[in-house]
Amino acid sequence: MWLINSSVGRKLVMSISGLFLVLFVTFHMAMNLVAVISEDGYDAVCEFLGANWYALAGTAVLALGFVVHIVYAFILTAQNRRARGNQDYAVSERPKGVEWASQNMLVLGLIVILFFLLHLVHFWGKMQLPEILGEYPEGGIDLIQQVFSSPLNLVLYLIWFVAIWFHLTHGFWSALQTLGWSNKVWFCRWKLIGNVWATVVLAGFAFSAVVFYVKYGLLG
Amino acid sequence: MDKNISFTLKIWRQRGPKEQGAFETYHMEDIPGDTSFLEMLDILNEQLVEKGEEPVVFDHDCREGICGMCSLYINGHPHGPATGATTCQIYMRRFSDGDTITVEPWRSAGFPVIRDLMVDRSAYDKIMQAGGYVSVNTGAPQDANAILISKDIADEAMDAASCIGCGACVAACKNGSAMLFVSAKVSQLALLPQGKAEAARRAKAMLSKMDELGFGNCTNTRACEAECPKNVSISNIARLNREFIKAKLAD
Ligand code: SF4
Ligand code: FES
Repeated sequence: MWLINSSVGRKLVMSISGLFLVLFVTFHMAMNLVAVISEDGYDAVCEFLGANWYALAGTAVLALGFVVHIVYAFILTAQNRRARGNQDYAVSERPKGVEWASQNMLVLGLIVILFFLLHLVHFWGKMQLPEILGEYPEGGIDLIQQVFSSPLNLVLYLIWFVAIWFHLTHGFWSALQTLGWSNKVWFCRWKLIGNVWATVVLAGFAFSAVVFYVKYGLLG
Repeated sequence: MDKNISFTLKIWRQRGPKEQGAFETYHMEDIPGDTSFLEMLDILNEQLVEKGEEPVVFDHDCREGICGMCSLYINGHPHGPATGATTCQIYMRRFSDGDTITVEPWRSAGFPVIRDLMVDRSAYDKIMQAGGYVSVNTGAPQDANAILISKDIADEAMDAASCIGCGACVAACKNGSAMLFVSAKVSQLALLPQGKAEAARRAKAMLSKMDELGFGNCTNTRACEAECPKNVSISNIARLNREFIKAKLAD
């Protein structure tokens, strides 16, 4: 199978799963904005999704996307370490034009996963999971109130967003480069589009988190 | 006239592929700024030979930036601090009096050290043998203008063809990936009508050879293009990805 046996194939899997996750993150951000605008609207969406078959199917596909992306990340990193050899350079300098994020995608990814687990405990573990187990889920807005009334959680989430932002700014153009959909002109375009996209999405997340904190923490 | 400078060299010495290597320190006095880096090493070696010590082994040939033999990792950069230049094209005037200059071999599993600063780059030859050519007998050359090629395409192909196979891209890459080299060699032919016929086969063959020889997976850090002495662009890597994915989908 060339998606496992060839370097470009493996990268293709990273690229497509990554782009899929970018779409998910974008959708998620839109949901958060709904919660900012209307509490009832958000609860309605949560109830609508709940643990219905389509929500479960969506969750399964999403989980698969995450797992594939993460498993491949570890495989690729292990192979790349081996290809690099175990003798390090005594002196090495990051050349101009090389972004810091591009050389630290695994570390950034690990930070993202850690906070992601926390996030699952905060929300998914109290919403969809109990419903799957046949118990009664807590309401979306109630959970947002619980989590974001704490300044510590706000700070943790903001750190998470910064890590995701770095991960996406490299990941986006890199995914398209791997797909082969790039050249000297498109490289600049994808990079710009990726930076704008990542900034808009993560600014949306940060904005909603801050609004929740002000609403439920400071004033609530 | 350039000033003379004195400086310290920290050079990697390793007696053989399996031996343990280490840095040796040498002091160089009064080296004129217009000495090339390799001439400076020649001076060091003369001094070492006079003292009855083993000279430092390093690769070099044309000493004018066209053969791709020279290969030193100087102060954290393949081919030294200059951009768009090979090791043999840099001069001591780039350094200052009192500097410590660290010189290391390319370090990558694909390029094992043979001795001191010399590494085995025959992996690149193997990749070329896997398909980096046009395999038809062309007979007598035809008129140069019989096949028209647009200026843009010709320029792209020429830029890709400027790769001298030095291996700095692998040396610079944290993943030990040879994608910039392979993509340049695939592109220089894939862009032109003479090479297009075999483009799919070539991309597959050269890439699998690269994987088989243990080079890493490209993660688009762009260190290769930043350090390439011929400024080969990563747009060639996108082309290689495209050719390869297309070829696999067609299979
Ligand atoms: S692509 Fe550049 S760095 Fe790599 S082998 Fe060719 S000339 Fe050297
Ligand atoms: S010695 Fe030929 S390129 Fe440097």
